[in-house]
Amino acid sequence: MNFKNHRSEVSVAIAIAALSLVMVFAAPAFFTSENLSDLFLANIPVLVVAVGMTLVILAGEIDISVGSIFAICSVAAGVLAKAGLPPQIALVAACSFGAGLGSINGALVAYARIPSIVVTLASMVALRDALRWETQGAWVEDLPGAFQWFGLSQAAYPALSSAAVALLVIVCAWALRNLAAGRAVYATGSNREGARLAGIDTSLVTFSVFALAGMLTGFAAVLNSVRFNQIPSNTGIGLELKVIAAVIVGGASITGGVGTIPGTVLGVILLGMIGPALTFLGVSAYWEKAIQGGIILTAIILDVVRVRSEKQYGASAGIRA
Amino acid sequence: MARTLGLLLEAKLITKAFAGVQALKGVSFDLLPGEVHAIVGENGAGKSTLTKIMTGALRCDSGTLVVCGKPVSHNDPATARLLGIAAIYQQPELFPHLTVSENIALSLEAGGFFKRINWKNRSQRAVDLLGRVGASIDPERPVSSLSMPEQQLVEIAKAIGTDAKVLIMDEPTASLSAHEVESLFAVIRRLRAGGAGIIYISHRLEEVLSIADRITVLRDGQTIATRQRDEVNQPQLISMMVGRELTLLFPKRSVSTGAVALELWNIGNHARGLHDISISVRSGEILGIAGLVGSGRTELAETIFGLTPADSGEIRLRGSPVRISAPSDAIRLRMGYVPEDRRQHGVILDKPITVNTSLTSLKGISRGGIIKPAQERDLAERYVAQLAVKTPSIYANLETLSGGNQQKVALARWLAIDPSVLILDEPTQGVDIGSKSEIHRIMIELAERGVAIIMISSELSEILGLSDRIAVMHRGTIAGIMSTEQASQEDVLSLASVGEPYDRPRKPIAQ
Repeated sequence: MNFKNHRSEVSVAIAIAALSLVMVFAAPAFFTSENLSDLFLANIPVLVVAVGMTLVILAGEIDISVGSIFAICSVAAGVLAKAGLPPQIALVAACSFGAGLGSINGALVAYARIPSIVVTLASMVALRDALRWETQGAWVEDLPGAFQWFGLSQAAYPALSSAAVALLVIVCAWALRNLAAGRAVYATGSNREGARLAGIDTSLVTFSVFALAGMLTGFAAVLNSVRFNQIPSNTGIGLELKVIAAVIVGGASITGGVGTIPGTVLGVILLGMIGPALTFLGVSAYWEKAIQGGIILTAIILDVVRVRSEKQYGASAGIRA
Repeated sequence: MARTLGLLLEAKLITKAFAGVQALKGVSFDLLPGEVHAIVGENGAGKSTLTKIMTGALRCDSGTLVVCGKPVSHNDPATARLLGIAAIYQQPELFPHLTVSENIALSLEAGGFFKRINWKNRSQRAVDLLGRVGASIDPERPVSSLSMPEQQLVEIAKAIGTDAKVLIMDEPTASLSAHEVESLFAVIRRLRAGGAGIIYISHRLEEVLSIADRITVLRDGQTIATRQRDEVNQPQLISMMVGRELTLLFPKRSVSTGAVALELWNIGNHARGLHDISISVRSGEILGIAGLVGSGRTELAETIFGLTPADSGEIRLRGSPVRISAPSDAIRLRMGYVPEDRRQHGVILDKPITVNTSLTSLKGISRGGIIKPAQERDLAERYVAQLAVKTPSIYANLETLSGGNQQKVALARWLAIDPSVLILDEPTQGVDIGSKSEIHRIMIELAERGVAIIMISSELSEILGLSDRIAVMHRGTIAGIMSTEQASQEDVLSLASVGEPYDRPRKPIAQ
């Protein structure tokens, strides 16, 4: 492990450690198992979406429609579960739904060559309003017991879901480093024309990251929905900001080509801890957003400073992607 | 002449270190009014660092800078501009979405945010300034629609507009054709006659010798010599630059070309302005493609390589017709393409050598899509050694390497696919003279191993020195093909600029 090559990850880890240290002394109740478990379950869906967003940002694009895709997939999973289908089917359906919606974004960006910010802004609004119109704002209520905790006991579910998500994170992190496909994502995000000249199908890469992000959003929607017995039709509002913030705080460059999955995991942990930590410290919850914003700004400033100092001194080795 | 006025600019014993590396070790340089003073040296000799200190982009560690007799204690870009120092770089730095007159106005119009714009004056001034550099460019055109040489003329017009007394030109001819170089030189001579001092930096020694009054050679951050132009010749300059005699810039080789590798039959590409192009290249042959900028040379390369597929005609590889509709098709057929704009398209600057060399051959170094790090490392190490890439590590990012070494890495990724056809677009542009001859040696070795090479170059000596045959492009098609023994500079120039051979009587222009 070369710390120089993972400076942003290391600084986020230090921030997490520092925050934990403060909590140990100021509010030890933060570390009760109930609180940590709540925190963990609430942030697992965010992490899953953030993994997908990492791919999109690495490829040099952005997807701000994940919140709306998340809502549609949540409602779809809930409706299917209420219709009596087993949770496994609801899961597959939600993932396919998400992948389909992501593919539409991907096709418009990759093949119709419309900037991703425009495409996903349009789909964010369109999908959200379509859902509102379809549900008339009504929540999906009285979800069947078989859907709750994915049909598992409340004790078994956290273990299983965390194992599944850990596996997902490890596989994605490994794939980005070791698969030719991962290399293609980094190359596309670093220098699109250059990658195309080297024979990489950059359109396919772009399309695929959106489809994957959509699919992971569908998965996240189910992970979130099984925690409650109703699904609000306005679920997932603001999710895109939370997720993009976590990815950027985790060291990814908003212009693409730089970033890692471990960084994103740390970003999600740091941003996920702050709100509850403030509550425990007795600070008004209204400060949460302001402090999150401050952290994001700090991350971006650090990134700019790092890039500048490397340019100036011609410093060596970046990521060994 | 105006020399009695004394020195326009004097730099004394300038030193500058970057993170421990001594880039300048006490360089002295001076500039008289009404002279062109060239600075030559290999990449890394300190030319850019020195000019950046003059323009205030960098601060020197020690030494003094005196402009018009006054010592400048604290130089920064704004101060340098007030002192009348302007710089024109290889890559024009204009605002692409603004028009020519707006670009010129931005650097000239002082005043607050709320000052009303006088549109008429603005475009009149643009016309005047462009007229003074001899450019006929519509000032209302957006800069993004201008060609590279046109953008450069706008840069010069801007500099003239600020009444710059010291004009620094860094590789101004890198992307210009022979004809355009001549008109640039006419502009330089005009500025010189007006009393301006011009610092001219170039790798093209013939140009330096034809335009400069004095020449300073830098090597390893030191001033090696300052000579009057008539006191030196090209071989002497080269030996001062490299510290040793380069016997032959272009080693001759015996031509033993094999079977036809690539043939184009009546290739056309309407969107890129190409039509009726028929050429062939044999394995082991270097086919030089000459032509003015804008004649369609790069467009042809991009058409062959599938970036902008041809819409008519046929491409044959070793006799059988092939379809190339994307670069990946071309790569599958073992064709490689080193593009002109190395930094934009040739390499990925923020990634290490390993990633850059393996990008075209990811399939070769992976199994089941899984990259084998050991094989990737071996690949990078092999080509770093074979092409003598100067780098601290194979994990160094490309942006930390010099232009010549970046170009070698751009080449390495294509060698990794064991190419049968290699298209090189301006392979030695902006590359120092040492790397340049190394790249030439590599090209010759590749040809001897049976690779068919298509080399696009704006440098006549390179075309004539390296090619076995020369195809000259003019207005989107091939104006003529000749073997190098038959070709003279005049032939190539004439075909490129008027589309006809040198000795044939010219037809009336009206058709």
